[in-house]
Amino acid sequence: MRGSSFLEKASSELPGAIIGSNLEAIDPWIEVVAERIAEVSQWLKKTPESLFDSLECITAIDWFEPDAKKAAKVQWKPHIEMVYHLWSTVARASIVIKTNLPRWKGDVVGQLPEIPSVTGVWRTADWHEREVFDLSGIFFIGHPDLRRILCPEDWVGYPLRRDYEMPLEYHGIRAR
Amino acid sequence: MAQMVDDDPRIIEFDVRTDEMLVNMGPQHPSTHGVLRLVLRTDGEIVSQVESHIGYLHRCAEKIGENLTPRQWIPYTDRMDYLAAMNMNLGWSLTVEKLMRYQVSEKARHLRVLIAELGRLASHLVGMGAYGLDLGTFSPFLYAFREREKILDLFEETCGARLTYSYLTVGGATADLPPGWLEKCEAFLDQFTPLIAEYHSLLTTNAIFVKRTAAIGILSEALAIDYGCSGPVLRGSGVDQDLRRDGESIYTSMYDGYAFEVVVQKNGHYPRDHAYPPVPREAVVGDSWHRFYVRMLEVVQSVDLIRQAMDRYSACRGPLGEPLKINEKLPVGDAYLETECPRGQMGFYLVGDGTPIPWRARARSSSFSNLSVLHELCRGCLIADVPAIVGSLDIVMGEIDR
Amino acid sequence: MADFLIHTGGLPDWIAWAITASLAAFFILNVIAGGALAFIWAERKIAARIQDRLGPTRTGGKFGWLQSLADGIKLLTKEDLMPDGADGLLFRLAPYVSFCASFAAFIALPFAFDFVGQRLNVGVFFVIAVLGLEVFGVILAGYASASKWSLFGAMREAAQVVSYEVPLGMCVVVPVMLAGSMDLVTIGEKQAGWFFQWYLFHDPFTFITFWIYVTCAVASVNRAPFDLAEAESELVAGFHTEYSGLRWSFFFMAEYGSMFLVSALAAILFLGGWNGPVPVASLLGLSDGSGDTTGYFVRLAGCANLMTKATLGVLIMMWVRWTLPRLRIDQVMTTCLKYCTPIAAVMFVGAMLWTLALPGGFFRGLGRPAGEIREGWLLGPGGMSLQVQKNGEAPPSSSRFEQSESPVSQVGL
Repeated sequence: MRGSSFLEKASSELPGAIIGSNLEAIDPWIEVVAERIAEVSQWLKKTPESLFDSLECITAIDWFEPDAKKAAKVQWKPHIEMVYHLWSTVARASIVIKTNLPRWKGDVVGQLPEIPSVTGVWRTADWHEREVFDLSGIFFIGHPDLRRILCPEDWVGYPLRRDYEMPLEYHGIRAR
Repeated sequence: MAQMVDDDPRIIEFDVRTDEMLVNMGPQHPSTHGVLRLVLRTDGEIVSQVESHIGYLHRCAEKIGENLTPRQWIPYTDRMDYLAAMNMNLGWSLTVEKLMRYQVSEKARHLRVLIAELGRLASHLVGMGAYGLDLGTFSPFLYAFREREKILDLFEETCGARLTYSYLTVGGATADLPPGWLEKCEAFLDQFTPLIAEYHSLLTTNAIFVKRTAAIGILSEALAIDYGCSGPVLRGSGVDQDLRRDGESIYTSMYDGYAFEVVVQKNGHYPRDHAYPPVPREAVVGDSWHRFYVRMLEVVQSVDLIRQAMDRYSACRGPLGEPLKINEKLPVGDAYLETECPRGQMGFYLVGDGTPIPWRARARSSSFSNLSVLHELCRGCLIADVPAIVGSLDIVMGEIDR
Repeated sequence: MADFLIHTGGLPDWIAWAITASLAAFFILNVIAGGALAFIWAERKIAARIQDRLGPTRTGGKFGWLQSLADGIKLLTKEDLMPDGADGLLFRLAPYVSFCASFAAFIALPFAFDFVGQRLNVGVFFVIAVLGLEVFGVILAGYASASKWSLFGAMREAAQVVSYEVPLGMCVVVPVMLAGSMDLVTIGEKQAGWFFQWYLFHDPFTFITFWIYVTCAVASVNRAPFDLAEAESELVAGFHTEYSGLRWSFFFMAEYGSMFLVSALAAILFLGGWNGPVPVASLLGLSDGSGDTTGYFVRLAGCANLMTKATLGVLIMMWVRWTLPRLRIDQVMTTCLKYCTPIAAVMFVGAMLWTLALPGGFFRGLGRPAGEIREGWLLGPGGMSLQVQKNGEAPPSSSRFEQSESPVSQVGL
């Protein structure tokens, strides 16, 4: 069961959750509603045909151009794209889930955008989500232990945001 | 946290309890393989909880990747898994080629297999030696490094570097092999192959080694998959998965025509296990001993693959092909590719926006996922088992912290 | 010597004794400390050769034989650090306790017939007991360092050494029983003759006892694979994590001193002591007991014999260390309590019964006139007692004072 038939099944069993797809891309992907990511993940993991039992990677892509001149030319509106790469050790197939988030919750700068955590589906998501939280500033609802993982705990800012500016100094150490 | 520990039925309860103590293992500790910091909650010698703190080597390579072209980022991939830099180069190059839908020449393909397997050999040698070190025997470490030095000599001839090569690159490799290199490689393999038995007698079959590793840190198949473990850690748990066989076509096609068996225990047997020391009775699939054993058998597998690659490479006529221009424009779109690196499945994700510089470069580290399972493995073990388990995961902090 | 000073020199007793004691102490301290330095150098070279390296090659010209001295100078000039939270007095005291315990045990250790700092009729007991004191230094160091790693090391050491004292003691009792004396000089003397007179070859039980002793001795001096107290891959450096410079080197010296001591003890108890495999001296009609110059040289040769055996023991410990992985603490304890102790107990009983059935040992009568067999077993009314009858003519003693023990000493069992 590949491609379109799988997508149809998913759409019928999860009405309204899947809002887009591209099966012709280099890595075929489906787009889901951000609020329902955990539900879709659970379905993808449990569906006998796919059994996407392994979460490989969570990436947050910041679509934001800080340079006003360049920003005028781009096609997209500023947003954050979450990309989940799944792998099935049974079917030896992969799938990509994409979902869009606002850059800041309610467009208030400093309020982290929220998305349900998938730690309940794959336990490996624990560290991956902490990393995304740490570097890209996404808040995962329901994560058991959402702390910074790679940066120091008192670090300010989210380095992988496109508008991030390195602090001048950190505890007296010149940083820039 | 403490509540969670107390409620866990897997933890052995003792009638006599001493005060619990928090012990910092690392970041400056001889056996945490770099700058890993483990906070152990111990009751006497028994560890009830382990928490890993990482990030001491964080350089935010992904941010750097957003400011460099893919070929310029190759040296940064070297510094991720610095013990298997060739494999890192290969993973990133293939990802870029996947996005650009680029096919390297046949000669470059075989060269890549040759170099990548040699890199795996070098990496597993360190893994083996360092594991001996973790268990308190120093000599195998130096025996392993003696052989690794010879591989590094070979690598040095290809690209001039001994640790961070940047040799395999987008579109092939920076240079062809120098004349006479294959003969030297052949001589090395001939000299190296009989030594594997020596490593087995010093470690794999040593009674104390077996006592220290068998049935220690048992990682079940389900748990391994749930935590996204990969590479020898996953295969040591009995999951039959090797991306060289099961991966995406752009990667598996590299190994087209190569004969190799995935090193995993099937029906209680490893492939070709008759030629190697038998599995001791105490060992359980998924324990530290099996993870180590898988690595040792992969050494043999890599030697085989190197020999095959040398034959195929020398049969190829014509030029290797030039690597892509350093400022080649990337197409719009994204590509994710995982390759089978010595420590597991290293994934690279690349988002192109039509300029030579990627919009987003992402590295999914295999050791990162492998390490995240540590707190499960270490629950209820002894302090001495912690290095034994960490060592069997064979992590490299450069890759975890990126 | 003291006698000489008193009688010939006309010195007061106490001065004579003090001079004699200081001299003995001076010799022991320097010989053992020098030996420890040599062993440290040997360890480097042996480790290097085992690992396909060269080891030190430059310091002091050929073979880097001055390496230990250079290390010593380096350690002397290093900053002497003490953690803030450490218990200052105990922290400073600990290395000396270890050092003293390790070196004090040499007082009763004979290097040849009557080449002994202080001949004690409970020599074995003294050596084992004083060596056991070394653990105090380690525990103090671990406790006083205010470091959790040190504490772990100390607790491991305490558990391990206390446990291994039991089988070690049992193994030591076997030759004591065969010789019928706790005096190390007597024990060594009893094994004179060909190598099959050694207690190692006395009977199958003593043979096995020897290997148990080796295991326990390695464990009690904290050498790999039992070096848990300083397990560098687990506990950073164990009990001496916080030590640096000279204090650290005292621990190091103590370790090598103890290694040499247990090896020498093994040589005396099981390997014929200062008697060579072939009794060259007695074949030539010489005796180490004679007070003249020949006797002195025979004893010197015996001393060389013992040194060779002890050094071999130390080298074997090094070989083991650089080959084997380290055991885990529970496995160390299992080895001791489940294997070494019961086996040692059985061997003890076995050796006892063997001697009862076949007095004189497996090779009895070989190479030695039957009349010279000195032991005799008697079953006393109050249970089994070990009776030792000294040979009619006691060897002329050149020791500082006459043997105080009665010709018949009884060891109740």
